[in-house]
Amino acid sequence: MTVETKLALTEQDVRSYSEKMNEAAWMTDFRADAFAKLEQLPMPKPDKTRIDRWNFTDFPIHAVESSVYSSLDELPAKARELFDAEKPGSLYIQHNNTPAFLSLSDDLKAKGVILTDIFTATREHGELVKKYYMTNGVKVDEHKLTALNAAFMNGGVFVYVPKNVVIEEPIQALFLHDDEQVSLFNHIIVVAEANSSFTYIENYMSTVANAKGQANIVSEVFTGDNSNVTYGAVDVLSEGFTTYVNRRGVTGRDSQLNWVLGLMNDGNTIAENITHLVGDNSGADMKTVVVGTGKQRQNFTTEIISWGKNTNGMILKHAVVKDESTAIFNGIGKITKGAVGSNAEQESRMLMLSPRARADANPILLIDEDEVTAGHAATVGRVDPIEMFYLMSRGITKTEAERLIIHGFLAPVVDKLKVEGVKKLLTEVIERKVR
Amino acid sequence: MSTLEIKGLHVEIEGKEILKGVDLTINTNEIHAIMGPNGTGKSTLAQAIMGHPRYEVTAGTITLDGEDVLEMEVDERARAGIFLAMQYPSEVNGVTNADFLRSSINAKREEGDEIPLMSFIRELDAKMETLEMDEDMATRYLNEGFSGGEKKRNEILQLMMLKPKFAVLDEIDSGLDIDALKVVAKGVNELRGEDFGCLIITHYQRLLDYITPDKVHVMIQGKVVQSGGAELALKLEEQGYDWLHEELGIEAETVEQEA
Ligand SMILES: Nc1ncnc2c1ncn2[C@@H]1O[C@H](COP(=O)(O)OP(=O)(O)OP(=O)(O)O)[C@@H](O)[C@H]1O
Ligand SMILES: [Mg+2]
Repeated sequence: MTVETKLALTEQDVRSYSEKMNEAAWMTDFRADAFAKLEQLPMPKPDKTRIDRWNFTDFPIHAVESSVYSSLDELPAKARELFDAEKPGSLYIQHNNTPAFLSLSDDLKAKGVILTDIFTATREHGELVKKYYMTNGVKVDEHKLTALNAAFMNGGVFVYVPKNVVIEEPIQALFLHDDEQVSLFNHIIVVAEANSSFTYIENYMSTVANAKGQANIVSEVFTGDNSNVTYGAVDVLSEGFTTYVNRRGVTGRDSQLNWVLGLMNDGNTIAENITHLVGDNSGADMKTVVVGTGKQRQNFTTEIISWGKNTNGMILKHAVVKDESTAIFNGIGKITKGAVGSNAEQESRMLMLSPRARADANPILLIDEDEVTAGHAATVGRVDPIEMFYLMSRGITKTEAERLIIHGFLAPVVDKLKVEGVKKLLTEVIERKVR
Repeated sequence: MSTLEIKGLHVEIEGKEILKGVDLTINTNEIHAIMGPNGTGKSTLAQAIMGHPRYEVTAGTITLDGEDVLEMEVDERARAGIFLAMQYPSEVNGVTNADFLRSSINAKREEGDEIPLMSFIRELDAKMETLEMDEDMATRYLNEGFSGGEKKRNEILQLMMLKPKFAVLDEIDSGLDIDALKVVAKGVNELRGEDFGCLIITHYQRLLDYITPDKVHVMIQGKVVQSGGAELALKLEEQGYDWLHEELGIEAETVEQEA
């Protein structure tokens, strides 16, 4: 049996929502087109996980209106820790589906940097958004869930950094979820023009233990020639959400795109992270950490596709699974014909903390070119008793030794998150999950 | 004064008996050395004292001031004051040396009485200076990618930071250049005193030039076959073990040499 995918919303609902959000008219039509395609499109088919019984389409309400914040003091304490309260820097906060706080320095504004909620962006930066919104990155008709995102989009952020602008302080986004009824159909666009350099870090944070809605998140990142972008994310969405998260990158010549993803949702999750190395000499470095608990089922596809010459793709995944959780890691390094001199490397390390937990690494290399290098390494193991002995021989208790080993195991990725507050949050989440 | 007492100790690894009745008593304020050919059970003794999971004690006792050490978990033994500088220390990815040391120190202290960060850093800096260790060793992952000699120094750093009652140093000198040897000896000598006893496992007299032992023991085929003063080490250095085999009527076993 397949879950009924009959939708509660009509095309008219989608149009009126768009108008209510005061979007540009082209976006209203774009949504309606996507809506029309929904019915015929198939579900995605993540390798090694059957999702035909998962519910991605039912949700109590399309969008809610939540409060906006006039100051960061109004945030829950846990969220406040993510930022430097004295100088919040470049920051966007979304409260459920409502753009709730925005801060961007005059200096960056003057340089032409754009940071704004996605609705406003369709109006105020229409041409730019139109150029990147589901054109070259994620396509509307890839499958039902991408079309669903296009039609029902109810949040997200637009980040644009012009040519030659180098930003030292990270740009941060917080998606705060505190209402059980909420669904998140977020769309994030990050554009780096030539020679620019910056870090964008987003947090998905739930402060309610349960969710009844859907999380369908699409991010598209475009790196211009010779730019350097780090995209960090810490997802901690509560149980009850069925999450589909698709983060996609497209690189220009000589550019570098680094992903640092802490995927810590408490519910079932399908995560896809694909980067197309289009420009010659461009590179992608994808680092992912995952902790699976309870009866959670998760599927992570990480893929780097080399199109340009001398491109370099690195995939690193560290996962800890416990209880009866299952996590599948599909890692794909693909080098297309003509991508001479390219390199595709991947490494997966899985740590299983209980006998009934399952972690599968599924590395795939698809190589259509001769002059390339590629490799993969995968280990699935348990906590090493000799390491435990070593730590305990210094007086450290068994529990604490285990904690150190697990944190250490995830550290190579966690340490790459440049914001102390975000790193601390991720560390605490890991702590809670592995305890 | 504290006493670590080993009596009639028999130890097996995977069903094979390695220690065949070891007796040894060490008091604080004493430094003992154990020497002996490869594969005779010196590391086995060290690991059994610390409680390594692969070594099974089949008979005998180990007590610390009368307390049954064999009843204790590994971490309890450490907190009771036993320390083992390992012949082959583990590498632990992602755990920095400093974090590990701080956790180890705090493990011995009551909750709420953790070592203040500043005093910890000051002490760590001082000890690392004594051991002539690079500053970045503190922030590097525990033993990961450390050279052989660096690992040994790191074991001594832990020893100096934790200040146990009894330390077993398993071949702390192997792989050390002569300068490093002096540095490590300096570290151990700093601890020497009323509250510290030490068992040094070594193949070379050289280390004992810098750390003069009160007693020297020879282990052959799983037993302590001879004990004496510092002069015994000199004799072994000059003459090897053959004379002992003859004197004691032990048939020499062929032992696998270390690579
Ligand atoms: N897992 C094992 N299975 C069988 N025999 C083992 C195992 N581990 C160690 N042994 C054996 O136990 C014996 C004692 O080893 P031990 O490490 O105690 O020797 P040692 O005296 O420390 O030698 P060295 O001077 O070379 O360090 C050796 O013969 C060794 O091969
Ligand atoms: Mg040995």
